Amino acid sequence: MAVSLSIFIGFLIATAFLIHPFGYPPSEMDDYIIENAQSETGANNAVTSVVFDYRGFDTLGEATILFAAVTGVVMLFRRKKLSRIKP
Amino acid sequence: MSKIVRTMASLLILFALIYGVYIIMHGHLTPGGGFQGGAVFASGVALLIVAFGSEIVHKSLKEHHLSILESSGALIFIGLAFGGLAIVFFYNFLVGSSIFGHIPPSGPNPGDIWTAGVIPFMNIAVGLKVLAGLSAILLVMALATTLMEVEE
Amino acid sequence: MTEGIPFNIPFLAVAVMIGIAFYIIISQRNLIKLVMGLSILASGVNLFLITLGYREGGVAPIYTHTPAGIMVLPVPQALTLTSIVIAVACLALMLSMVIHIYRHTGSTASEKSRIMKG
Repeated sequence: MAVSLSIFIGFLIATAFLIHPFGYPPSEMDDYIIENAQSETGANNAVTSVVFDYRGFDTLGEATILFAAVTGVVMLFRRKKLSRIKP
Repeated sequence: MSKIVRTMASLLILFALIYGVYIIMHGHLTPGGGFQGGAVFASGVALLIVAFGSEIVHKSLKEHHLSILESSGALIFIGLAFGGLAIVFFYNFLVGSSIFGHIPPSGPNPGDIWTAGVIPFMNIAVGLKVLAGLSAILLVMALATTLMEVEE
Repeated sequence: MTEGIPFNIPFLAVAVMIGIAFYIIISQRNLIKLVMGLSILASGVNLFLITLGYREGGVAPIYTHTPAGIMVLPVPQALTLTSIVIAVACLALMLSMVIHIYRHTGSTASEKSRIMKG
């Protein structure tokens, strides 16, 4: 078990050096969002417009997960009758 | 908890609640939004539970009312998503119209609060959902561990 | 690989965090320490998502009173928001199940809750 764990951690540290240099991401999709977020959505905040307008389905799924988790926690701690504090 | 802690908690909770509502309402101008403001509000409720004990807080804040708040937040979110169904499912149908529909000038500018279409209403709906959900989790778990020590 | 090895400290921090989290999950027996290890794993993955989207000399992608400079990528920040909320929900469910196991079997060791009954 120690052998497999050390091989895995060595793989992770090697990946940290072989990834792209920190500060120069190879992506052009976000240039479109940074330039056109103010005229298409009308919000000054690009992150909020991505969360609620360009990717609204992810927010819908996350709201569903939060609802299911709260229902599960409240259901696990039901009590049949109210107990009273002894003085 | 002692008298100093109870007095300061009942004084500081006002600032925590107003700060949470400020972060929710200005979500389209400054960093923040629905999730962050709901978490700040729930941390104010956590301060109240720690200072006063969960039995006293349970007399005013029952799980039934929190459940109604959370469900209404979810229904408002889905209703706004269905509002622009004429074009696509999540269409922003209030940009350019009269209610929240100014368009800001491009480039850096001081923010105008009557912008961004349907996004402020979505922020309020998600903020209601998150604050009710996290407060319900905190209250139920605090009640379960308090009553467990006393039942025997 | 023609310009030498880049010196990325944030990616190294992510690798160390995920390695420590896996070591905790494999080797600990107390249930609450297991839950702590899972929480550290979730935090490491969130840190990785944010540091993927940094541009050299960047400012926040917000147009209200912006200082001068290039803007960082806004999409990884949106994905990290969702991931943080899901981690909180999983943590709440796991802790309530640990409380129920403690009430039912009387200890927080993970060997006592291994035998299935009834």
